[in-house]
Amino acid sequence: MSDAHNTLKFDTGWQYAPAPESTDHVRIDKKYGLFINGKFTAPSQGKYFTTSNPATQERLSRIAIAGKSDVNRAVKAARKAYENVWSKMPARERAKYIFRIARGLQERAREFSVIETMDGGKPIRESRDVDIPLAAAHFFYYAGWADKLEYAFPGAGVKSLGVAGQIVPWNFPLLMAAWKIAPALACGNTVVLKPAETTSLTALKLAELIQDIGLPPGVVNIVTGAGATGAALVDHPDVNKIAFTGSTAVGRSIMHSIAGTEKKYTLELGGKAANIIFADAPVDQAVEGVVNAIFFNQGHVCCAGSRLLVQESVADELIHKLKERMHTLILGNPLDKNTDIGAINSRAQLDKINSYLKIGKNEGGNMFQAPCTLPSKGYWCPPTIFTDMAQSNRLVQEEIFGPVLAIQTFRTAAEAVTKANNTPYGLSGGVWTDKGSKIFKVTSALKAGVVWANTFNKFDPTSPFGGYKESGIGREGGAHGLSAYLAMEVNHGR
Amino acid sequence: MAAKPAHGQARAPINKTCKIFIGGKFPRTESGRYYLFSNNSESAPYTANICRSSRKDFRNAVVAARAAQNGWATASAYLRGQILYRIAEILEGRREQFASELKLQGASTRQANSEVDASIDRLVYFAGWSDKYQQIFSTVNPVSSSHFNFSVLEPSGVVAVLSPECDPMQFGLLALVSNIAPVIVGGNTCVLLAEETHPLTAISLAEVLQASDVPGGVVNILTGSKSELVDFFASHKDVNCIVHSEANNANSTRIQQLASENLKRVVQRPVAQWHGETMQNPYLIKDTQEVKTTWHPIGS
Repeated sequence: MSDAHNTLKFDTGWQYAPAPESTDHVRIDKKYGLFINGKFTAPSQGKYFTTSNPATQERLSRIAIAGKSDVNRAVKAARKAYENVWSKMPARERAKYIFRIARGLQERAREFSVIETMDGGKPIRESRDVDIPLAAAHFFYYAGWADKLEYAFPGAGVKSLGVAGQIVPWNFPLLMAAWKIAPALACGNTVVLKPAETTSLTALKLAELIQDIGLPPGVVNIVTGAGATGAALVDHPDVNKIAFTGSTAVGRSIMHSIAGTEKKYTLELGGKAANIIFADAPVDQAVEGVVNAIFFNQGHVCCAGSRLLVQESVADELIHKLKERMHTLILGNPLDKNTDIGAINSRAQLDKINSYLKIGKNEGGNMFQAPCTLPSKGYWCPPTIFTDMAQSNRLVQEEIFGPVLAIQTFRTAAEAVTKANNTPYGLSGGVWTDKGSKIFKVTSALKAGVVWANTFNKFDPTSPFGGYKESGIGREGGAHGLSAYLAMEVNHGR
Repeated sequence: MAAKPAHGQARAPINKTCKIFIGGKFPRTESGRYYLFSNNSESAPYTANICRSSRKDFRNAVVAARAAQNGWATASAYLRGQILYRIAEILEGRREQFASELKLQGASTRQANSEVDASIDRLVYFAGWSDKYQQIFSTVNPVSSSHFNFSVLEPSGVVAVLSPECDPMQFGLLALVSNIAPVIVGGNTCVLLAEETHPLTAISLAEVLQASDVPGGVVNILTGSKSELVDFFASHKDVNCIVHSEANNANSTRIQQLASENLKRVVQRPVAQWHGETMQNPYLIKDTQEVKTTWHPIGS
């Protein structure tokens, strides 16, 4: 397959010059308190943790740890703001505040992008072009819904729920906060949000922005900390709704622990999406699709295409081209505008990924890694693929949340669908073929909430997102995402 | 068992053996167990040996429901609507049988007739939704990038239904129909546990279903003890969704706890007046549906 005719040549001798994004305009405080009732306040136990840059291991700031009493203060503030201000405000006025958040994010987009990259390790190209613009777009989209909700659910009789407790992950910190906060506010709820421990900074910068745009105090509260803080929020008796994005294991325990309460819940959990490539697919586009599916954001994506199912007749050619393409991926300083692959988000996550590399090799997988030099400091994993994988292998069944692709082959569409559906997950999937009828047949047969045909990892505020099976319950985004934050009279107030 | 011939009557009536309904067939419970139904009447006593279904019966029913699910979901919406309408037709033809069973389950003649009427009408109502709810709930999403993006509903899959306890004004048919119709019209298959004290109408409804071109396995009906079976309904790993009407009590807590094992969808219906207009709306169909969003580039 590597005849001169279809082998790309990369040995031109040309190198990219460093193109680092500047950080001098960025303001990060030495220490952040908890954002409760419109003010930054010290945590009651006076405890803080350090947040650092995973690409350099340099300390960025110290972040408050919210204990039970702090969470209680935040919920009380949210309840008071709900009862006295937010639920009474005319919907069109509510909308204006959400529009203001959207505008504020656009105006401060570069600062948010740089901080997102410094705190989380993702390439600046992604935070600048995807995370932050999409976060602003989400606020814009849902702001407009605030005074139109009855048209989204004709005849249903919708009303707000009350206080929403929201817990977001570290892979898209600000974007996930936007996914949660925007629809909650548009539907008339108030919010207590807990960012992920390793990536609290952009949520706290959002709190500053929320102060600056004059959102009434208590409508959005942000409590930082680790799992215990999240558990205190989930278990708080005066929270009406839990929205969680994270692992299936934690989602399961949340659903278990709020059983018997009236709390509504939406859960966005893990995934093990299969990208299915048929022989009639445009191979070069499909290779780009595979790269985007698994190496976008270092594979820290719940809907990542972490499995590749390729039709047997084109498998050798496709894998060959994929390996060649992997040669060209630039791994390094996430702040460099040319960087494709940034840092792994944390030491713990790197350990987990490395343990899976070992598992893959022990299971008989054939590992290939892009040949790149890893920086001496920080947490890094080169883009990695495994061939010769079997359906029962752990690398095929379990979510790794890293730049690791498990490749299998298939002969018929039926076999591809069976393999694709054969995991406990059902978040997303991909189909690559030039034949329209095949696209409809296969996308219909996939048990997944989001299916990309001849594309992958596309997101939009108007587009519902969420999983089948153990990938979660409920949808976020689009008109469907509103129902997560509304009760319906026709459903007797549920 | 059952109705005894009155003295002096020439002919002893033939009483039906009460069975359960799995995969389109009518077995007795594999466990061989029974419980006694009685109409508690001294003047016209009626008793029946109702199947006390086991965990194994439930598992068999889930296997049948799973086997039938894809075929039912891929049947055309038109066909599903016709079949639901057919159920209503057959039920109409057997209204006297159901009225008499409702009376054995405690209804007055007027109550029985009214419940049969409402049940038939409800089937017709949901039959009509089969090729319309998708048009209400689907969206074409105007994404910013150059993609065609749309969201449609797809059935959750296999749905376990715990029939609601009958309130004093209802006697065991309307609640059954109201729980089954919105689930199956959307392409799900289901396993239903009949309310323990109102089994006769559930068993007869199974016979109606079988005579209505409902493919075997689409609806499976068990009789038995809820307290014994509820854990199995809630915990089965190949059930996608559980529908129940338990008020917030130990049962509803337990159901959600067990359902969390495989992130089963839990649909908690109100303990409701099933006669009410609020118990018929398309949101009851949407409850047991998933939203699937598909993207495709627009280009050459």
